[in-house]
Amino acid sequence: MKLKTLTAAVVAAGLLVTSVPALADLNFPMLSYRTGAYGANGAQFADGYADYFTLLNERDGGIGGVKAVTPECETGYKTDKGVECYESTKGDGALVYQPLSTGITYQLIPKVTQDNIPMHTMGYGRTSAANGKVFSNVFNYPANYWDAASVIVKHLSDVEKGDLKGKKITLVYHNSAYGKEPIRTLEELSKKHGFELKLLPVDHPGQEQKSQWLQIRRERPDFVIMYGWGVMNQVAIKEAANIRFPMENFVGVWWSGSENDVIPAGEGANGYKAVTFHGVGADYPIFKDIAKHVKDAGKAAGDGSNIGKVLYNRGMYAALLAAEAAATAQKMHDTKDITSAQMRDGMENLKIDEARMTELGLPGFGPEINVTCENHGGPGLAAIQQWDAKAEQWKLITEFVESDREIIDALIAEDSAAYAKENKIEDQDCSKG
Amino acid sequence: MLYREAGDFKTSYAADQQTFPLKLDRWFVWGVLAFAFLVVPFFINDYWEKSVLLPFLVWSMAALGLNILTGYCGQLSLGTGGFMAVGAYASYKLMVAFPELNMFVVVITSGLITAMVGIGFGLPSLRIKGFYLAVATLAAQFFLVWLFNKVPWFYNYSASGQISAPERTVFGVAVTGAAAPSWATYLFCLVLVVVFAYVARNLTRGRLGRSWMAIRDMDIAAEIIGVSPLKAKLSAFAISSFYIGMSGAMLFAVYLGSAEPTEAFGIDKSFLVLFMVIVGGLGSILGSFLGAAFLILFPVLMKNIMVGGFGWPADLAAHLELVFIGGLIMLFLVVEPHGLAQFWRITKEKLRLWPFPH
Amino acid sequence: MSPDFLNVIEVILNGLMAGIMYSLVALGFVLIFKASGIFNYAQGVMALFAALTLVGFQTGQVPFAHLINATFGTDVHHWGSGMNTFLAILCTMAVMILFAWLLERIVLRHMVNQAPIILFMTTIGLAYFMEGFGDLMWGADIKNMDVGLPSGGSFWLEDVTKGWASEGSEYYGMYIDVLDVWAAGIAILLVISLTLFSQYTKTGRALRAVADDHQAAMTVGISLRSIWIIVWSIAGFVALVAGIMWGSKSGVQFSLSLIALKALPVLILGGFTSIPGAIIGGLIIGIGEKLFEYSLGGMIGGATENWFAYVLALAFLMFRPQGLFGEKIIERV
Repeated sequence: MKLKTLTAAVVAAGLLVTSVPALADLNFPMLSYRTGAYGANGAQFADGYADYFTLLNERDGGIGGVKAVTPECETGYKTDKGVECYESTKGDGALVYQPLSTGITYQLIPKVTQDNIPMHTMGYGRTSAANGKVFSNVFNYPANYWDAASVIVKHLSDVEKGDLKGKKITLVYHNSAYGKEPIRTLEELSKKHGFELKLLPVDHPGQEQKSQWLQIRRERPDFVIMYGWGVMNQVAIKEAANIRFPMENFVGVWWSGSENDVIPAGEGANGYKAVTFHGVGADYPIFKDIAKHVKDAGKAAGDGSNIGKVLYNRGMYAALLAAEAAATAQKMHDTKDITSAQMRDGMENLKIDEARMTELGLPGFGPEINVTCENHGGPGLAAIQQWDAKAEQWKLITEFVESDREIIDALIAEDSAAYAKENKIEDQDCSKG
Repeated sequence: MLYREAGDFKTSYAADQQTFPLKLDRWFVWGVLAFAFLVVPFFINDYWEKSVLLPFLVWSMAALGLNILTGYCGQLSLGTGGFMAVGAYASYKLMVAFPELNMFVVVITSGLITAMVGIGFGLPSLRIKGFYLAVATLAAQFFLVWLFNKVPWFYNYSASGQISAPERTVFGVAVTGAAAPSWATYLFCLVLVVVFAYVARNLTRGRLGRSWMAIRDMDIAAEIIGVSPLKAKLSAFAISSFYIGMSGAMLFAVYLGSAEPTEAFGIDKSFLVLFMVIVGGLGSILGSFLGAAFLILFPVLMKNIMVGGFGWPADLAAHLELVFIGGLIMLFLVVEPHGLAQFWRITKEKLRLWPFPH
Repeated sequence: MSPDFLNVIEVILNGLMAGIMYSLVALGFVLIFKASGIFNYAQGVMALFAALTLVGFQTGQVPFAHLINATFGTDVHHWGSGMNTFLAILCTMAVMILFAWLLERIVLRHMVNQAPIILFMTTIGLAYFMEGFGDLMWGADIKNMDVGLPSGGSFWLEDVTKGWASEGSEYYGMYIDVLDVWAAGIAILLVISLTLFSQYTKTGRALRAVADDHQAAMTVGISLRSIWIIVWSIAGFVALVAGIMWGSKSGVQFSLSLIALKALPVLILGGFTSIPGAIIGGLIIGIGEKLFEYSLGGMIGGATENWFAYVLALAFLMFRPQGLFGEKIIERV
């Protein structure tokens, strides 16, 4: 009996122990995943996210003099765990959520709106959240899935000297909510540009894609676009190399364009392209600071081997945008200890120009960002990166170009209107400024 | 001394056949129910609701369902995730088509629809047995998930194939959607679980339950003494799927609020429920609850202790958590292969003899 | 010949190859089930663990590097430039044998005479454990598997078959992955050596005796424990081979453990207790799912392979409930 009471006490205590950061800290919870089928990718992103805040704390003493903390909660890319993580961290004054999973994002959209906590889904999540009037608490700047599809098509069109008429484009996609996102956009674009679109779903996890790639080999599409995640990417790139599909005609979305995805294919992956919304590589001044204040000080989130990789950079960029928004919020509301509602305002008025990026040690890393109340989606600029297998690094081969606003804005308006109607949401009033 | 069976005399058949014939058991159950209904709703907050109580209730329901099939009828099934998806999608279609419908009706109807599907996929069990059947039910798992992912009608043609639960009510109180108060969602699930746990308890004590157990213990012998395997197996599949369908509907509509089939109802969910049933105790209603509690609360506990308590690097904590969970499951099965329910039985025995164990 | 006909042949060929890859995983299941009646869910994770260990030895990683660094504040990563492939494979095998020994000592020994479902559950626990342990030991990042096996489409076959199509039709020749051909060769070698081992060695005969009847085997003086260690070691070796093959395709990462799911339909189709069954079952599943995807998959939206394999297996089971080559189930009251 004693043992039982003891166990019960430990259980109750354990459930109550949620990390207790001092209230004065700025709290940026991380819903990360370091285990499971997508753990290798999730870990890099999480390292970047945590390291940037560590850098701010170590070098600048935090944001506006207030230290930032990043309590981490493992979701394993599972939606129910995501909900649990959200509920267990939100009570500690969480400022902004970045779940790095489209499934969890969908889950959290109504919840964050209810609790008035902003959520930033950078390059993933629900695309129509770019409409700030309907999705008051969800942000997906600087670019979204549909921008990616559009920029890819634009790039392909440039390759073909502006004419895609009669070309065959195949979309290989992860058979889930995430993978299905670009279909509508690509269908619209195919009407506009006159190319022929073919869809090839790949089921999770995607280790066996022989059928799909045999089909591609038979039909010889001019281009293949991929929306994959996890092992699906590595296998697809390897199979593409095996059937000797011209790699420069094979373009992935930004979640299919990390070192993890191309290295297993070795030389064969040379020339593979992916779209991206931020710079690549470790040639930015900020990495000197990270090496000095974070890695060498033994404060890196992981073992430090991920620094400078694509997904690490993306995590770092996400943290940077969050930190800048927090700083904006501090200025707007003239207080150091901002609340989540104030953080939301900060995100809605976030402005980052090239000068500021240079100041932050990342010149030319990302496009200028100008979030407004109506537009939570940012500029929608993206560039194409290409893999150099010999040097084992990605290189940007285009400028940051704009997506096809005409088509995407119409789709966003349509989808967000449907959501608003279904959930009886009234438009946020954006006239106050 | 503390737990006494002797001296509890009955004067009528009805009293002798009631659900809990022992006074002590009855008091205990009433006490727990009173606590759950009268105390918890006043202290519940979002964290306890979403991280602990709702998942516990939802998964208890699923574990009850699987325990009927696997624990009582002996049919190993790994299609639980797929059947939960049926319940979830049925409830979604019902919620969208009939906005005025009471949520209790929605959940129960979803359960009934799942029962139909369950009967269909239960047919092979008449011919296939043991692990072969387990893997055959995986066909249901993968096919159903693929179907819901593929046919746009199921998710009302939304762009990404996600389904989201709109706000629906029970007697004017919202129980789905983000704005639903914690106490309402909790009570909603609690009522369903309590009512159907009671039903399950009595089913398993009745003729039907005994025919299941006869099939489980030796199907040929059961057939010889006149138990129809067709009826017993299919009724087990139907009722088990009914429970699992309801838990799927609750999982989607009340707990998660939105879902996509490949992730929310994947194969790992089937394993999770099977886990609960085995860890809790095969063929025990109490075991279903204990198993669900163990597997829902334990990881939360581990996570809080590992990250909150020791401040280890996050990646190490995540990996160590897996090592500990795996290790503990093995340890547990080595120490007590008959599940937590067996622990309870042993405890009762101890209490019976206390303070004179010899 | 019309290109369509050649395409069907190509699909069948590739289905055969994919089937052999599934068989490689299924083999490990069969070995353990035969000898101990345990349905070893952890076989996939064992493949992952073996592959991780192999790559770790090849590249000279320090095991538990991050744990050591975090605990003692040191900075260790590698202990040299690594070993050559052959030595690394030997060392990995040693690790797998050690693992089998520990498993028998700590867990299996206490599980004698438990119900099959409990044993099954234990292996799921084992799967969790090894997944976390493998990540802890070697890190969770995606690693490159390179044991010198060639890969990529075969030029030779492509050139030869190009001319087969009838004049004027557009045909690019037949495709087959050289890695798959190697895998097929290795699988055949593996099955032959396993068969020879169990037919002509003393240990092999003991293995078969245990598979036949535990108690009878024990009465003639066969040690069940040592047999289990041997069987789990062999399964570890099969897992290593599967890990190498699948790892060469996708890199070594967590998803490698999910190949177990691809092996299950193969297993039920072939029967849990038959080594040839695992191979034939693999071939049938491989061809079946690829042909279905090729012929009808496109019409009903694609990505059918996952469930079709199970439905196919289910269809076979309706006629033979014990799988194609499984031992006939005799029931008595």
